[in-house]
Amino acid sequence: MIVANKGKIKTMAENLSESGAGRSLWKDARIRFMQNKAATISLFILLSIVLFSFIGPYFAVWSYEQIDWNAMGSAARVGMPSIESGHFFGTDDLGRDLYSRVIQGTQISLMVGVLGATVAVIVGTLYGATSGYLGGKTDQIMMRIVDILMSIPYMFVLILLLVVFGRSIGMLFIGIGLLSWLDMSRIVRGQTLNLKNKEFIEAARVTGVSDFKIITRHIVPNLLGIVAVYATLLVPGIILAESFISFLGLGVQEPSTSWGALIKEGAGTISYDTEWQLLFPLAFFVVSLFCFYFIGDGLRDALDPKER
Amino acid sequence: MSLIEVKNLKVEFETADGIVSAVNNVNFSIDEGKILAIVGESGSGKSQTVFGMTGLLDHNGRATGSVKFEGEEILNLSNQKLNQIRAEKISMIFQDPMTSLNPYVRVSEQMTEVLIYHKNVSKSDALKQSISMLDAVRIPDANNRIRMYPHEFSGGMRQRVMIAMSLLCRPKLLIADEPTTALDVTVQAQIMKLLTDLQKDFGMSIILITHDLGVVAGSSDDMLVMYGGEIMEIGKTENIFSTPTHPYTQGLMSAVPRLDDSEERLITIPGNPPNMMKAPEGCPFSPRCNFAIDTCSSKSAALLKVNDNDHLRACHVAKELIS
Amino acid sequence: MSNQTILEVKNLKVSFDVASEGDMPWTKAKKLQAVNNISFSLNAGETLGVVGESGCGKSTLARAIVKMVPAESGEVVWLGQDLLELSNSETRPYRKQIQMIFQDPLASLNPRMNIGEIIAEPLRTHYPKTPESDVQARVSDVMDKVGLHDNLMNRYPHEFSGGQCQRIGIARALILKPKLVICDEPVSALDVSIQAQVVNLLMDLQEEMDLALIFIAHDLSVVKHISTKIMVLYLGNMVELANSDDIYKSPSHPYTQALISAVPIPDPSVEKNKDLILIEGDLPSPINPPSGCVFRTRCQKAQEVCANEMPEFKSKGQDHSVACHFHD
Repeated sequence: MIVANKGKIKTMAENLSESGAGRSLWKDARIRFMQNKAATISLFILLSIVLFSFIGPYFAVWSYEQIDWNAMGSAARVGMPSIESGHFFGTDDLGRDLYSRVIQGTQISLMVGVLGATVAVIVGTLYGATSGYLGGKTDQIMMRIVDILMSIPYMFVLILLLVVFGRSIGMLFIGIGLLSWLDMSRIVRGQTLNLKNKEFIEAARVTGVSDFKIITRHIVPNLLGIVAVYATLLVPGIILAESFISFLGLGVQEPSTSWGALIKEGAGTISYDTEWQLLFPLAFFVVSLFCFYFIGDGLRDALDPKER
Repeated sequence: MSLIEVKNLKVEFETADGIVSAVNNVNFSIDEGKILAIVGESGSGKSQTVFGMTGLLDHNGRATGSVKFEGEEILNLSNQKLNQIRAEKISMIFQDPMTSLNPYVRVSEQMTEVLIYHKNVSKSDALKQSISMLDAVRIPDANNRIRMYPHEFSGGMRQRVMIAMSLLCRPKLLIADEPTTALDVTVQAQIMKLLTDLQKDFGMSIILITHDLGVVAGSSDDMLVMYGGEIMEIGKTENIFSTPTHPYTQGLMSAVPRLDDSEERLITIPGNPPNMMKAPEGCPFSPRCNFAIDTCSSKSAALLKVNDNDHLRACHVAKELIS
Repeated sequence: MSNQTILEVKNLKVSFDVASEGDMPWTKAKKLQAVNNISFSLNAGETLGVVGESGCGKSTLARAIVKMVPAESGEVVWLGQDLLELSNSETRPYRKQIQMIFQDPLASLNPRMNIGEIIAEPLRTHYPKTPESDVQARVSDVMDKVGLHDNLMNRYPHEFSGGQCQRIGIARALILKPKLVICDEPVSALDVSIQAQVVNLLMDLQEEMDLALIFIAHDLSVVKHISTKIMVLYLGNMVELANSDDIYKSPSHPYTQALISAVPIPDPSVEKNKDLILIEGDLPSPINPPSGCVFRTRCQKAQEVCANEMPEFKSKGQDHSVACHFHD
């Protein structure tokens, strides 16, 4: 008895020295992420690009739809990048200020990417988690629906939608959002099946926690790691899709623009010695995509240190 | 002459948080034809000791000291030489046989391969020898069963296949790392019986790594108690069980309920096993020891003789004061 | 210790459908009888030990009692109410009174929640209106009971050792002051020195709170130490049920005898000289169990009657029942 009591006192003494706030897995992951140089630098660059797209307009001399009649039609001679004329990035063929247009395109492209990925993540996670957790027939039916949707050629449907219902950002969102959650839901379902057999889920069920609470409180938080990784990889995917559509001329409508539309215009006029029309939007596009991929990689390493 | 002699063995791992020392100054030897049990809890370094000895450490680990096998130094030999020794003279079995059996290859091929490669025997001879070895480990219907895949055997049978494979080259030393931990008690009894019988038939030595004192009591000649990477006590199994002289050994023995006894309450060791990332100063057991004095937490204790029958212990406190 | 019967299990059967290799979706699945005809009763403050080897259905039995797996037939009578008749929502109030402790201490705690949240979850589930200060008080109270300091509340499971995680699991099971705690292999993943701590803790808490325990383990020594009576399972069937001392001193079923003889005793003078009863062969497949007595394929006493007739589970003396044609 004496021994046991002494033991209890000792455990307590030990505990006292360990008091304080705990380090959650998220905190651990953040520390690991910060140690990854490529990822932190990418995050910094990406944030700068975002910041630039909000602050940039205050320094602009020209708005994105204003036409500089001087430069119109003679962009190669007059519209080159210069501080004096106020066209920091030069003008496009119509004499519009490329600086403002790149900012506008950045805003649109990032918004499409981030919003599209958010929609995909929310829908995909809930759908996949529900399907995986409920299992059985429900799971079978829900997953067959995903299979059917997946078998539809994605680009084809998107192009058809834009042609039939007219070109608009709204339509683009619906088209991309409709289809990009499918992969997400599959990944989430697989993870949920894994998690479902963990003892802490069983513990919650024995206690009588409702299915809804088990999904939101126990399953989804444990999925967030993989979801976060997938989402950062999904954003550039959607930006690429939007750019492709815009490149085909079906995306955003003039005078609004996006990276894809700008690159298309720049590529079209490359033979007239106006290479800046291609290079500026292309640089933003490439750098951002690289950043997203590096961040995704960093997140994966930070959240799953074992699987490296 | 002893078969294997380990002197000042140290095993260290380089991790992101600095160097972690898993095994510290371990000395012991095994005579031919004896069974030595290494007992310890998780983190005691019992597995890392033998991995260090046989060059099987993870890539970030390194072993220093000296390990003499049949009088020759084998520590940190080239991989090629170690492979040869490991195949012909020292073999190992593990807790989970599936980690060492290829699930996609028939047992017959996995067994004959060892013989053909290392002993240069013909294919038909190798098959014959393999079948007789499966017979030796008492697998019924070995003739047909040898053509099966590993997953077609039950857990106990798989461990038998593993044992048969490890004995093919007639090793001098068999290292068994928790060979029965994953098995049920009745199967454990079968396997332990088999191992001790085979040990006598083949005249080999066995290092048995386990956390189960019952298994140790039933099979080993000598035992070695490890804690926090250091040897706490070493000696003849009978002597240690009858008069444990180290507080940790005593604590361990009184913490296990006995089937043939009905104690009112188990006597426990307070606290938790050490975290080797931040190992305690001095004697690793001192933070949990009821007898600890000031020296214990500053200086590590040397392994000294208790009496004349090769019974050694590492403790600052006089043995008369303990118990 | 009161002698009120709180739980009575009658002829409980659980089966699973298993698909075998090469089955088409429309092929009729084979039936695996995981738990077959199990009956027992449990008094308040008592401990029933359940032993058996892997695949004997002991975990399935536990999960059937708390309705985690559906029972095929039988009754689970909790204080006069058959739980199996109730719908899921009707069962919910009863879940307060029956809690569970799991084998893997770390895996049974949600890694994204801190200790305080984990322990408080049952309380918040059943009494969602409890004010936050009361929840905190209850949590620190129960943490103190299991030997954890309450300033650890904000820490996360991965910061604890196995033994401490098991204490957290126990605290979670006890916060609602249940009458029965089902422990599924609670100490088998722990180190020897920590096992003893957890066993002692469970026994102390049992006395303090008048808990009934169902203690499932494969380690007969631990089960015998903690239990008042012991049930031995083989291939989903009860083979013997008796007081824990009786089981050890006069095991009647050949399987129990073999099981007891196989348990190693940590004493070389005993262990090296004992007569080992080895059972030969492998566990038969539960999909295709032997006819008659399930143990007959490996039993030394087996005769023709064993293959033809299933032995009745009958009492052979005070509180001692066995299922064998030839018990003594």
